[in-house]
Amino acid sequence: MADGEEKTPRGYHDLGGHPAGPVDRSEHVLEPWEKRVDVLCGILVDRKRRLMTIDERRDAIEKLGEDAYNSLKYYELWMAAALKLVLEKGILTRDEIDGRVDEIRARLGLEAGP
Amino acid sequence: MTARFAVGERVRVHDRYPPGHIRTPYYIRGKSGVVADMVGAFTDPEDCARGGDGLPERPLYRVRFRQTVAWPDYAGDGRDTVDIEIFEHWLEPEPG
Repeated sequence: MADGEEKTPRGYHDLGGHPAGPVDRSEHVLEPWEKRVDVLCGILVDRKRRLMTIDERRDAIEKLGEDAYNSLKYYELWMAAALKLVLEKGILTRDEIDGRVDEIRARLGLEAGP
Repeated sequence: MTARFAVGERVRVHDRYPPGHIRTPYYIRGKSGVVADMVGAFTDPEDCARGGDGLPERPLYRVRFRQTVAWPDYAGDGRDTVDIEIFEHWLEPEPG
């Protein structure tokens, strides 16, 4: 390593070599919401729209914080990161997202969200 | 795309620890291996993660390391290897 260069510590997402238990090799059936997140994230990064890049989303996942990284499911991480970027880039506002969630909740007959 | 390294060439991974989205695993930095394959050329993920276009595309190699090099306390067979995909800008010719 070059002298005087800042050494960034290993990220919580960079897991190679950490002790781990056996690998669960059973098939994991995706739930409908997981498929929707996959498609939505694909649309956000496609060549036509280019609203964000896959690497920006990965970078955002690496900045969600260690607790979030270790507790959220795989597609929850995708969703949290995409949401963060959508807000940061001004693609949608918090009010627009909350308004739409309320609209959907009302349509489905659910109570208002927190 | 001009590839700097050929299959079979010995290379060393940069012993660098910059901030940002880095796809070179931490544990392999500074370690030496051999180019096993050329994967192709792809946009630079570090630049893309910062909102750039990632151009020019950069060669990506599959580099093979001895497990005993990756993990100094490796207890398995000394012939065991691990392949890691590493971008060209993270590699240099093995010194000496």
